[in-house]
Amino acid sequence: MKEEGKRRLWMEYQKEVADDRFFYVRSCVRQNFFPASEKVFLQIMRSELGKDVFEKEAHTTCSGIGYHSDVVPFDTAMTIIARQFALMTESGYENFVTSCITSFGLYSEVIETWHHFPEVLARVRENLKTATGREFKIPANVSHASDVIYKFRQQIGEKGKHRLVNRYTGNPLKVVEHIGCHYSKMFPAKGIGGAEYPHVLIGMIEDWGGEVVDYPERRHCCGFGFRQYLVQANRGYSISCSRKKFDSMQPYKPDFILTNCPGCPMFLDRWQYAISEMEGITYGENGQGIPVLTYEELAGLVLGYDPWDLGFQVHQVPVEPLLDKIGVPYNPEKKFLGSTGQYIGKPDAPSVLKFYSNV
Amino acid sequence: MSEKVIIIGGGLAGMSAATALAQLGVSVTLLEKENQLGGHVKNWDRLFPTRRKSDEVLAYFSEHLGKNIDLHLRANIRSISRNGRFTVTLENEVEIKGDAVLIATGYELFDAFRKEEYGYDIYDQVITSAELEGMFRSGEKPLLDGQVPRRIGIVHCVGSRDEKVGNLYCSKVCCVTGVKQAIELREIFPETEIFNFYMDLRMFDRHFEEMYFEAQKEYGINFIRGRVSECAENQDNSIVVKVEDTLTGRPLKITVDLLVLLVGMVPRPETRRIADMLGLPMGDDKFLLPTDEHTKANQTPVEGVFLSGTVKGPGCIAGTVADGRAVAVEIKSFLDKKRTQD
Repeated sequence: MKEEGKRRLWMEYQKEVADDRFFYVRSCVRQNFFPASEKVFLQIMRSELGKDVFEKEAHTTCSGIGYHSDVVPFDTAMTIIARQFALMTESGYENFVTSCITSFGLYSEVIETWHHFPEVLARVRENLKTATGREFKIPANVSHASDVIYKFRQQIGEKGKHRLVNRYTGNPLKVVEHIGCHYSKMFPAKGIGGAEYPHVLIGMIEDWGGEVVDYPERRHCCGFGFRQYLVQANRGYSISCSRKKFDSMQPYKPDFILTNCPGCPMFLDRWQYAISEMEGITYGENGQGIPVLTYEELAGLVLGYDPWDLGFQVHQVPVEPLLDKIGVPYNPEKKFLGSTGQYIGKPDAPSVLKFYSNV
Repeated sequence: MSEKVIIIGGGLAGMSAATALAQLGVSVTLLEKENQLGGHVKNWDRLFPTRRKSDEVLAYFSEHLGKNIDLHLRANIRSISRNGRFTVTLENEVEIKGDAVLIATGYELFDAFRKEEYGYDIYDQVITSAELEGMFRSGEKPLLDGQVPRRIGIVHCVGSRDEKVGNLYCSKVCCVTGVKQAIELREIFPETEIFNFYMDLRMFDRHFEEMYFEAQKEYGINFIRGRVSECAENQDNSIVVKVEDTLTGRPLKITVDLLVLLVGMVPRPETRRIADMLGLPMGDDKFLLPTDEHTKANQTPVEGVFLSGTVKGPGCIAGTVADGRAVAVEIKSFLDKKRTQD
């Protein structure tokens, strides 16, 4: 592997990310999948970096999942997106930040369409005005929230309490990075590092002390792939995609997987459990699986936030082995206590995957 | 006869034209930006389809250039002007005057790095067809970690017929080069499996089709019809290739110890600069356009300026040599007519 070649490519795919005054739009599904990630993003941006990040309760789905599943027509999607831009415009912002990769891809696709077909833009403006009375400006800057964390990764690293180093060996942790398909595969120039060797997560991992694993099935789908999962009959294909990735990364002995998409961490995390139940196979060390993190969770971990405030208790693959390697303090007794200290219940132990260290 | 022709480009097109003009008694100044003549051909080992040594062809033209040729090596052009005659000014401030200018600046190889999914200049075991020719010339064997490769893949149409990189045209020579190099690799490594991944095999010229059959029958080369979608590196530096076999309609994943990219031809940026100085038209493919591609294939709309070789688009060596001779006749005819008019 020639690292110089990759670096040359990364230099060709640098994009403008705004510095401040962001209008933030949440994902439809992430608050269920990895409930603290968006909250942690806002906390880091506002409290750690002192940035102005605004969000509005009237924001709705971008309709991306419906659009990519062929149940929402493009014209409808464009009008919904025009309304989100109207909310941003009315709030006095022009830098748009999305939590979801599919939203980011769809926003990019819509803006690109309007750029090439001004008559479509005129039609969408008219439709929105007729339906809601609203008008909008196209954002000056559209970024994914991982772009923003990438931009401020050095500041986060400098403020951080932990490095991605194995405290027992002193070696950098080995990290698999997995990028959501809609981040840059449609528009390579809109992703940091392009489509083939994206740098957005690599930059965070390396800056925070870790080492990236480049394995043969790195670009392969996480297993979500929308219709692979949303159509029930296709779910065997979904889990086989994830398994192909685990089989490919396993020889490199990764310490964890880092993702920037709503679906990827969900499937890479949950399918490890499903594969263990179906085939008795576990990946990672000691039958405990390979932990899967979102970039917000990782940033929070680096900054020294309490692991249970980062939502690690809802991960299927236990994160404690990773916390132990880094040396992050945590209280196992508090894992299943809610934000007010009440007991929230805990899941049964899987039959194969070691979810509880004493099982 | 005192007229002089300035030939820009000392590759095979320029050498062929210079040889023919010398035979016709026309004085020639030959400008070459490198420190020796021969263009790309001097980097090739053996030529398709006969697999003769490329040096033999170059030696022929070097011998027949004649002693009266005014040769300038390391000649970089600063400007070209016309005031009755043409004046070409070099970066070293040497001024050369001539009555006609022949642009024979050829092509450059497609930068395989632009096909990011193939991993050229990122993965150690991905090389270009040009680099493989260099290895054939030097006798170096393309090994993997000192071992004979178990499998070798050869990817056709790298940078050609590819809308994604903006090159819709066929580079003509890559198909047959892929067949030639597959045979040569098989001769070096008789136990190695070789796979050529192609879209179409365009065996358009004499002996090409026979060579393709020979590759299959005598050498057991595997030809897979389908474009490579991506490559990745294994821990032992071997390359995982994903490709669709469009004849069986199935995706294929194969590990090779060496991947050779058949890089196509692209126009030289310097040619564009020279063309701008002279006001010459360019096609959508960015190669230069002659006045008429059928009947005036060496002429340009600018009187006294001629084109020859791959500056007009991809071509093979036999065609380039013939085109060099054709342009010599056109130039001689132009000079004769001009003298009569003067």
